Amino acid sequence: MQLQIDARPAFAYSAAHAIDPARPTVVFVHGAGLDHSWWGLQSRYFGYHGFNVLALDLPAHGRSAGPALTSIGEMADWVKKVLDENKIRTAFVVGHSMGALIALEFAARFPESAQKIALIGIAYPMKVSEGFLDAARRNDQSAYDMETIWSHSPQVPFAGNPNPGMWMYGDTLARLARLAPGVLHTDLLACNAYSGGMDAAARLKCPVQFVLGARDMMTPPRGAEELIRKIEKSSSIRVAVSGHSLMAEAPDATLDALIAFFG
Amino acid sequence: MAGPKYPGFDTLALHAGQTVDPVTGARAVPIYQTTSYVFRDTAHAASLFNMERAGHVYSRISNPTVAVLEERIAALEGGVGAIATASGQAALHLAIATLMDAGSHIVASAALYGGSHNLLGYTLKRFGIETTFVSPRNTDEFRQALKPNTRLLFGETLGNPGLDVLDIRAVAKIAHEAGLPLLVDATFTTPYLMKPFELGADLLYHSATKFLGGHGIAIGGVLVDSGRFDWEKSGKFAQLTAPYAGFHDMDFEEESGTRAFLLRARREGLRDFGACMAPMTAFHILQGIETLHLRMPRHVESTRKIVGFLAEHSAVDSVMYPELESHPDHKLAKQLLPRGCGAVFSFDIKGGREAGRRFIESLRVFSHLANVGDAKSLVIHPASTTHYRMADADLKKAGIGPGTIRLSIGLEDAADLIQDLERSLAVAAKAR
Repeated sequence: MQLQIDARPAFAYSAAHAIDPARPTVVFVHGAGLDHSWWGLQSRYFGYHGFNVLALDLPAHGRSAGPALTSIGEMADWVKKVLDENKIRTAFVVGHSMGALIALEFAARFPESAQKIALIGIAYPMKVSEGFLDAARRNDQSAYDMETIWSHSPQVPFAGNPNPGMWMYGDTLARLARLAPGVLHTDLLACNAYSGGMDAAARLKCPVQFVLGARDMMTPPRGAEELIRKIEKSSSIRVAVSGHSLMAEAPDATLDALIAFFG
Repeated sequence: MAGPKYPGFDTLALHAGQTVDPVTGARAVPIYQTTSYVFRDTAHAASLFNMERAGHVYSRISNPTVAVLEERIAALEGGVGAIATASGQAALHLAIATLMDAGSHIVASAALYGGSHNLLGYTLKRFGIETTFVSPRNTDEFRQALKPNTRLLFGETLGNPGLDVLDIRAVAKIAHEAGLPLLVDATFTTPYLMKPFELGADLLYHSATKFLGGHGIAIGGVLVDSGRFDWEKSGKFAQLTAPYAGFHDMDFEEESGTRAFLLRARREGLRDFGACMAPMTAFHILQGIETLHLRMPRHVESTRKIVGFLAEHSAVDSVMYPELESHPDHKLAKQLLPRGCGAVFSFDIKGGREAGRRFIESLRVFSHLANVGDAKSLVIHPASTTHYRMADADLKKAGIGPGTIRLSIGLEDAADLIQDLERSLAVAAKAR
């Protein structure tokens, strides 16, 4: 659906359904450089099973106009504006990677709006190496290669895609190729600079589900351990066969975790 | 900082797309010779049908063995994914049927495989899709032929049979400036010799029957999408960017972004036209791909020897191979095909049609048949076989004369092949 947020065009995939105030809502927030279609199978499931779905394109991503937002806090505020625009009081929020940091910060800033949050492929702090940041700053192809390779389990090039006939590396590279110059760098800087994670964790009131890939090279599961310990109402699932891109590498396990959590 | 590296071509040719069978541990790709797949329960069935879960439902739409081939080719080409089809022609048809309706227009190179020429020039016309054929050597003709209803630019990486080298960069630029995709037939080059997506092509297909299989035992095709063409931005492809009543009002681009083309091609094209690949065929073609990186250099090496031999032979009028300075696309070939210009080429024998007939009938190692890209060396006379339906004017436009002979160089000892050619040229010369 087309939206106007801060007087700029924005897009949220809604699984071809209008928002129904009587239904619960699931908000999907993508990671650095990606867009709503990264949640294809999972968002579609909830959209056809009694939920409102808002799979967002953050500013400067997918179909949403730029400029890109520069901090996790700004992004969390933007998510709240999307809910307000749609008159949604409270929602389940699912975030992946950078989107998981946004979901965490959102739930801390707007506890009344966060019914439950699911954090997929998260680490805190989410530090980004100097080499990766520098390559992204230069819009060098090597940045997109790093994003692609580290976003998947090392086994991905030697394994089949659960989605028949699709090549995960090629798909990620094609999505990144559509980004405007500088957007990936802005996203990575926001992840790298985010320092409010433990404070946000301490303020959380809603239940939290962690879904982590055992073979995650971008945000290894050990990077989430401190957050998991800090959040009282949390549970954690490790998906043995997956790297960072759990929605693509282990789509059923990811979906099943969300179904169990959101009921 | 040294970044992470992708696996090399040779490694992908052997491993991409295959998860070792978790039940048996089978190292080879199993042949899933099944039409259908048992659902876990009714909810699982519904989720598969509504595309909420990944998996297989019916082998016309997808099959685990075929999916390995699709993913492997996509990996070798650098695409987002692929769809294997019953033949190369089925892949071309699937691409066109996914992108356009009656009333659409294609601008295509005139130097095409005869079957493709027939499809575009005659068959699709009956369904309201018109094609303008242009010279692949004059890229401006592509631009000049564009119409408001043009939806696709199309050519072969190496044209048939004169090996016209398509200037993919230039044609892609013309296509993209017009908000249109470029489709190429990459059969003659394979991903080993050229990566068309890196040059700007948006879609490509192979007749997998040829070098990908390499054994001449299976007919198949593969259609690959780069995922780089922005259908939404183009604004010319409502087939992918507007709700489609034929598939539950799905907006394919909104639903899947970079995967929109393949999503519709699979979910509508395979469902309705049904030109899918059989699992046994996929298995056969996979066996070929596992040695593609070993076979192609040998094909090219032997071809160079034979081209050199023929170019110097007194019974030969001309040899059309882009590595020869005499070929009109020599310079372009050096840029686009540094690993070689493939193993299919043509030459004109002195003495015309009768000399050609005697030459072909004298060969002992070369097989006279209608195919290319086999491990065995092949020969054919295009004017009387592959291109026989074409009018003389079109034949000339495609660079074919009455004495044109097409060779496909296989993996035999090159000295034996040269001996076979030398003896047969001598027989043909006696007819003059």
